[in-house]
Amino acid sequence: MPHDHHDHLSPSGHPYRPDDDHPLTYWQQMEIAVRELLIEKGETTAQEIAAQIDAMDARTPSNGAAVVARAWTDPAFREALLADASAATREMGFDIGPMRLIALENTPDTHNIVVCTLCSCYPRNLLGLPPDWYKSRAYRARTVKEPHKVLAEFGVTLPDTTTIRVHDSTADMRYVVIPARPAGTEGWSADTLAALVTRDSMIGTGLPKAADAA
Amino acid sequence: MSDRHYMRVRADMPPGHVRTPAYLRGKTGWVERTLGPFPNPEQLAYGHKGQPLPLLRVRFSMAEVWGPDTDRPDDTIDAEIYSHWLEPSEAPHAP
Repeated sequence: MPHDHHDHLSPSGHPYRPDDDHPLTYWQQMEIAVRELLIEKGETTAQEIAAQIDAMDARTPSNGAAVVARAWTDPAFREALLADASAATREMGFDIGPMRLIALENTPDTHNIVVCTLCSCYPRNLLGLPPDWYKSRAYRARTVKEPHKVLAEFGVTLPDTTTIRVHDSTADMRYVVIPARPAGTEGWSADTLAALVTRDSMIGTGLPKAADAA
Repeated sequence: MSDRHYMRVRADMPPGHVRTPAYLRGKTGWVERTLGPFPNPEQLAYGHKGQPLPLLRVRFSMAEVWGPDTDRPDDTIDAEIYSHWLEPSEAPHAP
């Protein structure tokens, strides 16, 4: 190929992309320094830290999906969940720690969506780590101002008659949305239903999968 | 709607760790439910014992927060506001 500047090109003939690594930020350095000091002084161990990271990574939205599917199939549980979501999910065996939870039920005329404008509060014990966009300035700023447009960008188009309720997770509570049960799932078991419950449907930026997706 | 309990968020801008979003300061909403008491995070953030305070979920209309020309004035924003940031208020003028 007639490329003149061979030193800028990979063997494929395309230019090399610059590496995307950069020096540690101040806070990244601070985290490493504090972690190493805590280990050196015997306050914690590298194993304990690794175990905590593993525990964090092990939490996935399937926890939340089990809660939603049970709410769809067990009317007494649904009532308990809406009255006191902390107690109801603790009873299901999810360790909520110091967290306090509110369940928000979507109805034919109301859609709920959760945001934390101040930082990135998220029900990690039920949904795992938050997606990157949940922490982005754009999602945090726009969801409280134009939730209808944000939802449309997520592919969620609601009837004009649906009231959107935005929940800004500003303090001690965490939120999980209980989406509406998909049509055509009568008689399904909670386990089968749970496969339809997506992470985004529990944040409010999505809807559950349709019955024919299972 | 007549039994709504309206509260106005103080319009102050004090320094420090404050969990009252700035975009809601000075705005009036109604109490959705009362939670807590929870320790005041403004004191906890500086290593002090947090005074236990009621935490209110206040519901604001989009019209109240962003003005009457907002796209969908009847959609709502709920936020958790500590009681020392709230004062009783009349209902805001209808959008």
